[in-house]
Amino acid sequence: MATTFEPKIVGFLCRWCSYAGADLAGTNRMKYPSNVSSIRVNCSGRIDPVLVMKALALGADGVLIAGCHPGDCHYTNGNIKTLRRFKLLQKMLDQFGIERERVRLEWISAAEGERYAQVVRSMTEQVRSLGPLNWKRELEATA
Amino acid sequence: MIKQKLAFNWASSCGGCEIAIFELGTKLVELTNKVEIIFWPAIMDYKYQDLEEMPDRSIDVAFMNGAIQNSENEHMAKLLRAKSKILVAFGSCAYTGGIPALANTTTRDEIFTNSYKDTPTTVNPEKTLPQTKFQAKEGELSIPEFYNTVKSLDQVVDVDYYVPGCPPVGEQVTKVITQFVDGLSPLPPKGSILGASDRSLCYECKRVRDERKIGRIVRTYQTIPDPQKCLLEQGIICMGPATRGGCGSVCLDANMPCRGCYGPLPKAIDQGGKMLSALSSIFDAQTEEDVQKIADSVVDPIGTFYRFSMSRSLMRRTKK
Repeated sequence: MATTFEPKIVGFLCRWCSYAGADLAGTNRMKYPSNVSSIRVNCSGRIDPVLVMKALALGADGVLIAGCHPGDCHYTNGNIKTLRRFKLLQKMLDQFGIERERVRLEWISAAEGERYAQVVRSMTEQVRSLGPLNWKRELEATA
Repeated sequence: MIKQKLAFNWASSCGGCEIAIFELGTKLVELTNKVEIIFWPAIMDYKYQDLEEMPDRSIDVAFMNGAIQNSENEHMAKLLRAKSKILVAFGSCAYTGGIPALANTTTRDEIFTNSYKDTPTTVNPEKTLPQTKFQAKEGELSIPEFYNTVKSLDQVVDVDYYVPGCPPVGEQVTKVITQFVDGLSPLPPKGSILGASDRSLCYECKRVRDERKIGRIVRTYQTIPDPQKCLLEQGIICMGPATRGGCGSVCLDANMPCRGCYGPLPKAIDQGGKMLSALSSIFDAQTEEDVQKIADSVVDPIGTFYRFSMSRSLMRRTKK
């Protein structure tokens, strides 16, 4: 089973930096796994912890949030707000029993195509080695 | 005049919701002029058999409080559903899981081990744990099965209305019951939340808000808060921003923070997540280290943010 498992990762990418970074990785024809389904958002500050949990509860094996580097936010401090939420969310996800490697926050600028590819590669491998999260089945099995 | 038939029942609960109905006092006596209470095990001697023998849909309105934590709770929920025209999930436990649903952060095995083996006051030399069936000389005995995951009422049966609160405040209970009994206005659409406001508790809070910034989290036992100022600004986790109002802000008047018993706001799918978001956005920190420090001072995120809403949250339980 483990050999056929392909992680499903939801990526929330900020429009101004990280999505552009992902675009750059594409136009430069960099190779990286296709496991991240990217969703473009205007700012990483738009990412409510509820969205992360919803993704996990509905079947994602991991969630990547990527935004501009601190100080570079198009909206001044949206990414800092995400950082604050992320740190507390991380603590709460620990309690839920979800491994830290499954939910990551990364700063990726529009010029960092290689970094985006690298993040996706490493995250895919980490989640792959953790195995499927399968939250729904977990709930049914432990009813 | 044909009297309306009412029923009250409890599942996994503390009995506080029953007290909330008693809180009506003399109004309860007046109410019995208009309605007939045909089932209420908490106050009178009813047997489950009485309910089983009633024809289907013979109860006009049934109020069920408590979460679903064992097979007996589930059986009674299904029975009451079959016998009633309208089923109301009464109180936080029936609505969102309530305090019993915090058991979803652990497992049945852990609960049994703790309760029947590890607690210092337990005397159980044979390490006996509850069994659903036991073969006695006289025949087979059985007790309900304890569930691993606590559910809200609507996760086992179809529910018509919800009344939040731990317990629902007396004034709101009167309003809700009158609404059913008087029949003056048409009933709200199925699935409505009754006896609560559609806005957050902050709208009815009388405390003064300035600039919301939290430098550190303090717990209620560590401080005596300023009774005029917003509790969040004083570093106390108050669930007000993520919780429905309508309770009359009784906790805040007693200088205690909101614990979130009136449940999530309309359209919010996860009360705890919303509160986590509201709280952490106002951390007074810019760097990773500073943010981490404040986040670390939140002692028990699940127990704080999902104190009453674990069953109706996105994750619903912890992974074990």
